[in-house]
Amino acid sequence: MKNDLGIHIDPSMSPAYLSLNLTVKQKLAIGLLSTGLLIQFIYWLSFSGDHATQWFIASIVLAITGASWYIYDTYRNEPWGIKNNLNWFSSLTNRGVWAWVLAVFLTGFYVLLYWYPALLGLGDPENKGLVKLFDPLSKVLNGNKASQWFMYGTIYTLIILIMGIKFIFKYRHNRYQIYRTLSVMFFQTIIAFLLPEILQSFHLPYNDFKNIWPLNYYFFFDWHIDEMIQAGTFGYFILFWGILSFLVITPILTYFWGKRWYCSWVCGCGGLAETAGDPFRHLSDKSTKAWKWEKYIIYSVLGFAVIMTLAVLATRFIGNSNVFFFSSYDLSKWYGFFIGAAFSGVIGVGFYPLMGSRVWCRFGCPMAAYLGILQKKKSKFRITTNGGQCISCGNCSTYCEMGIDVKAYAQRGEDIVRASCVGCGICSAVCPRGVLRLENGE
Amino acid sequence: MKIAIIGNGIAGSTAALTIRKWSNHEVVMISNETEYPYSRTALMYIYMGHLKYNHTKLYEDAFWNKNKIQRIFASVLKIDTINKTLHLTNNQAIDFDKLIIATGSKSNKFGWPGQDLKGVQGLYNIQDLKLMDESSKNLKHAVIVGGGLIGIEMAEMFHSRKIPVTYLVREDDFWNHVLPDEESDMINKEIRDHHVDLRLMTELKEIIGDEKGHVQAVVTSKGERIACQFVGLTVGVSPNIDIAKEINIDKNRGLLVNEFLQTSDKNIYAIGDCVELRSPTPGRKATEPMWYTSKLMGEVVGKNICGKITEYQPGIWYNSAKFFDIEYQVYGDIPNKTMPHIESIFWRHPDRNHSIRINYHRLDKNVMGFNLLGIRYRHTVCEKWIKEKTHIENVLQNLSLANFDPEFFPEYEGKLIKEYNALNNSSIHLQSTRKLSLVQNFLHA
Repeated sequence: MKNDLGIHIDPSMSPAYLSLNLTVKQKLAIGLLSTGLLIQFIYWLSFSGDHATQWFIASIVLAITGASWYIYDTYRNEPWGIKNNLNWFSSLTNRGVWAWVLAVFLTGFYVLLYWYPALLGLGDPENKGLVKLFDPLSKVLNGNKASQWFMYGTIYTLIILIMGIKFIFKYRHNRYQIYRTLSVMFFQTIIAFLLPEILQSFHLPYNDFKNIWPLNYYFFFDWHIDEMIQAGTFGYFILFWGILSFLVITPILTYFWGKRWYCSWVCGCGGLAETAGDPFRHLSDKSTKAWKWEKYIIYSVLGFAVIMTLAVLATRFIGNSNVFFFSSYDLSKWYGFFIGAAFSGVIGVGFYPLMGSRVWCRFGCPMAAYLGILQKKKSKFRITTNGGQCISCGNCSTYCEMGIDVKAYAQRGEDIVRASCVGCGICSAVCPRGVLRLENGE
Repeated sequence: MKIAIIGNGIAGSTAALTIRKWSNHEVVMISNETEYPYSRTALMYIYMGHLKYNHTKLYEDAFWNKNKIQRIFASVLKIDTINKTLHLTNNQAIDFDKLIIATGSKSNKFGWPGQDLKGVQGLYNIQDLKLMDESSKNLKHAVIVGGGLIGIEMAEMFHSRKIPVTYLVREDDFWNHVLPDEESDMINKEIRDHHVDLRLMTELKEIIGDEKGHVQAVVTSKGERIACQFVGLTVGVSPNIDIAKEINIDKNRGLLVNEFLQTSDKNIYAIGDCVELRSPTPGRKATEPMWYTSKLMGEVVGKNICGKITEYQPGIWYNSAKFFDIEYQVYGDIPNKTMPHIESIFWRHPDRNHSIRINYHRLDKNVMGFNLLGIRYRHTVCEKWIKEKTHIENVLQNLSLANFDPEFFPEYEGKLIKEYNALNNSSIHLQSTRKLSLVQNFLHA
């Protein structure tokens, strides 16, 4: 197989530069990591459910040690700088066999998680298999056995932490990238994962304080509002905080710093995309056609979320479930299925190795759509270009995970003000001529 | 009116776009390199796997038809200046009213024995890149000759594919005929930190081939024989004027043009690397084979053809490059050797690859140039200071306005000021920040 310039990328030719040439230490590290993952896999298949605590600790410790060691040994002796060598030649990062294997694995996992959690071991009254492995931690944190969501949340957080460390090593010459990554690691671990569990252990309602409507699409659902009202003062505070976040905090922060304050500093979906998704960021489609699709789809989802929420609220107040000729109940169910599960999960993460790390954020997220409108219409944030220094090389566009054709602006010396820009700062980092800078000012 | 452009590099394609911006003239662009204009400076990134060829195209394919810029993928056989016709290799004949020649340059070869062996090449266009990729397949050791920007790019390219490189540089420090000693020294170290076997003050004597006509070794000026299967000749470029050999226009090393980029035939213009200016601005060269000057020439020629008469004035010198992981920017006059009328302040980070140099006039004290390694400065701000002959102390006090590094990056302007204060017994301190609104106030003042 040859790429579009006839440069050979066929792994069977295996040019020397494509072979990994792992050091002994790296091999040992990968061995540890694989053992940790293998334990989880065997535990899942065996469905035995014995000694969950020991096996959980063993697998997590092995996996974290192995991964961290591998990362450390890989980047330790590398000089500071951009690490994009061979991205378009390697199978995993150029939609080769390994990319497809990973994509099938990820989408499969999400299908089980959303629609067949019993196959992951979720059971009543006792869990089995993979979910059971997470019982001990769940009991420590909130006193109950694990749900598939607890298991998912734990794995999700661990991946953000490990891949976050990798990202920090990779970009250790760039403080913007380091601070941003520490921020998403903090928000995921403390605010999204630990705090809600701890709230539950105090018999307070589960709440992720940074998950803002309309991303948190069930915020105005009957069951959620009821639960909050029943929880008393703290529940009212959560409702107040949720509305405040959407109506006041989001517009103000976006006015000063652009949507990046959320998408690449706080958000959990963004957190996963920026850490685990980083090796795939260049796979996003940069064509104007993709941009057109993006606008159609993301604003439709926003519209869907708004109508669905209004319908649900209308039902609550007028008591009739048939509003706008639809049953608000069906509407919310469809939204949950198509957008909440299929789009954000199965496609959003499952397609990382095929369409890049921000498929959900770019095409689907209603919160990103809202932030994007604010960014475009009412924000000081922009990316400026440095005089005439652009050489049109295309690194900025290629490594834009949101598929923005940054070069098209940079080579004309124009500022970049785009609704979709999440302000990750990678365009500026990979620019070999120092042309781009993220700015908060007019 | 019909305008034909030979060459679709940055000069030719900028000319086409400028003509389209100002007129409805028919525009046809002829190239034997690619069908769509791409960025030549990005070739290295294709080889290294950072980009694909498609990413290096200046615009999406549909853009050119939408803007009615016709492209022909062929070579020009003959320019008929009397009938104003181009004869192409695909048997097409193209009539024109005005012709723009933008044929770029050719890699230099200085008559070394063995310079035409297989495995010996320069790196200028996409065909060179393909050849280099082919040659890389079973490459055990590469030798690069010539301490310039293409040479170091080639070294970085091989480094990305873990191919060992010996790099022969004639000067006693890398690019020392351009960079001052301290900066050259930093780059020497950077090259060696990337495991490139850098041989300074070493020239190529001879290239030795095997029985199949393929390179197998080089001999250096120090008499050493180095086994290799590839030799990169990156000893500069010369104007590519083969196409104009037969036609009756003035030429020297390049095609001679006046300040409107017109050749001695009033219907023929020439731009980019293939040009030799009849009267270059003082301090500038008659031929400057560079991206930025080529782009500017494209704009100027486009305007002139559309009746907006404009002289080619390259303005304050600027350039940029990247040496492995060190970014380089220069604004204004930074000679490589000390000059009696120039005072220079220089700061360099003790451990990391960051340095700032500012030159100013010894007597008048006006700022003359900025040289940055591993730090980004704003083009417009530096240019304005140089143009307005701003006093060095005024520049230093406001130096933060020039800083273009990303947010949270350490700012080193204070360190440079300390150097200045120590040398001049003064007590200047920073009075500004790099806030965008302040920058804009300054630029629009």
